[in-house]
Amino acid sequence: MTATIAAPERPVAEPKTPWSPTRSSRIQTFTTLLIAGIVAGVLVLFTGVAGLDGFGVTFFVLSLALAVIRTARLGSKERTDMLMKVVVTSAAVLAFTPWLSIFGSVIFKGYVGIRPNFFTQDMGTTVPDDYLEFGGAIHAIVGSLLMVLIATVVTLPLGILSGVYLTEVRGRLSFLVRFVVQSMSGVPSIVAGLFIYTTLVFATDTFSGLAGALALAVLMLPTVARTSEEVLKLVPEDLRSAGYALGARQWRTAFMVVIPTVRSGLTTAAILGIARVVGETAPLLLTSLSNTVVRVNPVDGPMASLPTYIFGYLQIGTENAVLRAWTGSLVLLFIVLVLFTLARRFGGKDKR
Amino acid sequence: MSTSGPATTAMSAVVGAEANTFTGLETCGAHAWFGKHHALSDVSLKFPSRTVTGLIGPSGCGKSTFIRLLNRMHEFIPGAAMAGEVLHNGSDIYAPSVDAAVVRLKIGMVFQKPNPFPAMTIRENVLSGIKLAHLKKPNHDDIVEGCLTRAGLWKEVKDRLGASGGSLSGGQQQRLCIARSLAVEPEVLLMDEPCSALDPGSTLRIEETIKELAEKITVIIVTHNMQQASRVSDFCAFFLTDGGPGYLVEADATRKIFTNPSDSRTADYVQGKFG
Amino acid sequence: MTTATTPTPREMTVIYNREDKIFRGIVTGGALTSLVVLGLIGLFLFLRGAQVFNDKGISFITGVNWTAGTGDGAILDDFSIGAMLVGTIVVSLIALVFAFPLAIGGALYLEFYAPTRVKKPLVTLLDLAASIPSLIFGLWGIEIFTRFGERWAILLSKWLGWIPIFNVQFENFGRSPFIAGCVLASLIVPITTSVAREVYSRTPRDLVDTCYALGGTKWGAIRSVVVPYGKSGVIGGAMLGLGRALGETVAVYLLLNLVFRYNFRILESEGGNVASLIATKFGEATEYEIKALVAAGFVLFLLTLVVNMTATTIVQRSTPRA
Repeated sequence: MTATIAAPERPVAEPKTPWSPTRSSRIQTFTTLLIAGIVAGVLVLFTGVAGLDGFGVTFFVLSLALAVIRTARLGSKERTDMLMKVVVTSAAVLAFTPWLSIFGSVIFKGYVGIRPNFFTQDMGTTVPDDYLEFGGAIHAIVGSLLMVLIATVVTLPLGILSGVYLTEVRGRLSFLVRFVVQSMSGVPSIVAGLFIYTTLVFATDTFSGLAGALALAVLMLPTVARTSEEVLKLVPEDLRSAGYALGARQWRTAFMVVIPTVRSGLTTAAILGIARVVGETAPLLLTSLSNTVVRVNPVDGPMASLPTYIFGYLQIGTENAVLRAWTGSLVLLFIVLVLFTLARRFGGKDKR
Repeated sequence: MSTSGPATTAMSAVVGAEANTFTGLETCGAHAWFGKHHALSDVSLKFPSRTVTGLIGPSGCGKSTFIRLLNRMHEFIPGAAMAGEVLHNGSDIYAPSVDAAVVRLKIGMVFQKPNPFPAMTIRENVLSGIKLAHLKKPNHDDIVEGCLTRAGLWKEVKDRLGASGGSLSGGQQQRLCIARSLAVEPEVLLMDEPCSALDPGSTLRIEETIKELAEKITVIIVTHNMQQASRVSDFCAFFLTDGGPGYLVEADATRKIFTNPSDSRTADYVQGKFG
Repeated sequence: MTTATTPTPREMTVIYNREDKIFRGIVTGGALTSLVVLGLIGLFLFLRGAQVFNDKGISFITGVNWTAGTGDGAILDDFSIGAMLVGTIVVSLIALVFAFPLAIGGALYLEFYAPTRVKKPLVTLLDLAASIPSLIFGLWGIEIFTRFGERWAILLSKWLGWIPIFNVQFENFGRSPFIAGCVLASLIVPITTSVAREVYSRTPRDLVDTCYALGGTKWGAIRSVVVPYGKSGVIGGAMLGLGRALGETVAVYLLLNLVFRYNFRILESEGGNVASLIATKFGEATEYEIKALVAAGFVLFLLTLVVNMTATTIVQRSTPRA
């Protein structure tokens, strides 16, 4: 009864994946792509087909043709499968290419103007087409930071309250609030600018950084509200129950249990909101306009920002002015990238 | 002891007390609904002070619903309704003038899954009830040590009170949750399958804790595990459902339920013939 | 059996004390700010633009001209946005026509074809692309993409010029609705792809497995299960993209010649949209022209609101939250 059954000697099992593509099929795929690539390259070099886009189109057509040849021995079902694989992959490549091209060109064109003076000087005494050794965008950077800061201060509490309403209070208007927030995220940015123009700018008769910040806040609110809701929804119901079971009031449970649990998630909400508006141009064209010197008082007339800086110098159109626009774009893109990374970092932090 | 009388009589007979002088928790004809769904029907039970009562029965028989009825956690479920009375020391906790938060302060609860507050340290977790209910109590250090000791966790965590509650093992987390409930000095502690998510070792530690707790407070524990009920409880209440609402089959001293129950269904259940 | 007579249920509502009532009041107020702001936007734009609506009536929307008067009465003010509305719709539709298949392809690729090693960085790139400011899309469009776009436009007019929309009167292919539409397409692909991917990833796994178990190929499973299952969600996602394209300002401003004429020839170097009209004319507008611009903004606001609300409804309905 108590004797153990001795296991027979067996070789140690090695993990295998017999379903993954075999070596020969991989080589076949690679050869197919190589042939398509070479032929497309030759066509581009020696015939009327031109440029990267020409190469892409030829490559795509050749891949399709080769896929048909490869599946010649198989049924029509397999052929369709193979063809669609080529089509779907090509669509994905085509969808992703512009973004890579944007990153590439912004870095390539923008780095020329990355000099210390770009971050230390303003354009108060520099003409737009002056050499890049002179002048900079510190006024625009300061302006952008200031406006985004004000917008965040206004929006963050409101956005979090909106999230708390949907997840804690769960009032009768939840459906409406959710719907309005979602619809509001689709309001065109220029309309937000017009709104602040017809109210604040109209009433005070001045364009200002504050007006710009409030226009940005209108655009930022839906993002912060929606992200806050998503984050607060992740708090397990158990924790609220535990709070109530300890005899806590609802507001104490909300502020002492629920919100601290997702502190970094709410930081993400703020960061995503900032990333959403830091590059907004249109509303600022109607509210904060632009200027050429550093200004820190948000109610003291027009205030430059990175987007209006880029927009303005691109409009001027001379060589160095456009280069300044590219450099501004590089800085702006870098800021967006940093915000994006921060959001990811914080987003994964809340456990449970 | 009567063989066919209602469950309440059996229990009061054991305690030998009159209803109006009864101290502890009792229910009179308690029903529970979720929307139209009648989940629990006509349960009358008494839980005398400083005893452990086990609520047993197959899944879906309404024991968890019943225990959540006892400290007004039931009402958080949208569409929930109830009938009957739940009396704590003779007064109805569902009376309109009663503040549910105050009820829950006196009747604490430990949940199935350990749920320490992740944003707080071990120390803060123990004191969380005091902060949350805004109680003014001096000597926080003593409270932390006292509660953790009673929950059987002090020795393991006394050197790392500043660590996060989430850094503990599952069993330790559950004992932390017990310590957290004790800090507000409840008179009754409800436990909803507190060991179902734990390993056997941790389960044993919690059972010891429960027995020690019963020296000072009333414990009511829902369990799927019959052995556990027989090990820790003084009284047992057996719930059942025939597809409709859950109801109470019988309640009596644990020993009697397990050796010589009045109802044949109870006998079948404790012998493992169904459920 | 213990059930005798069932009593009537006692009403159970969570009763909040004063502290909690104040808390709930404040939170509700905070949550309603979005509603109030949205209402105020509509109200103020309407009020400030009311005079123009009153003066022009329906011809504000159908008329073509945008002429500022000289003030001495020699030329009268004549503001209407018909041409710009048509331009808005033409450019957005071009964007959608290009973006939709690409987004579907991208989403299917990410969900079903991409090797795990490639998938993660691509998803990151997708999320990142969604946060590139539209200004940078515009800059890229005018400085980099136009070269390619013009070449495609020439080919299109050469081979397909007999189709009216590809017909051109002047051999000038830059700053056309076609090129602006292409750039807008790359601008709205991220949001549409994200929604499509989300919807496709919710396809019940067992349905897909059933297809494989019946001997179907990957494409067979996609065509017969995944695509039909995600149809309405994907359409909603496309409409969100459309909403974004309708309201885009700077990218269109930089990429399109503002010409006040109904133009359906998409390769021609003329067009415009309502948003870029506002940005263009705002700087040196007279007081009355500003009112007309605000009125135009109101129309744009309504248009995008309708599109977005429809899209939201479709997406919410097709992706039930657990």
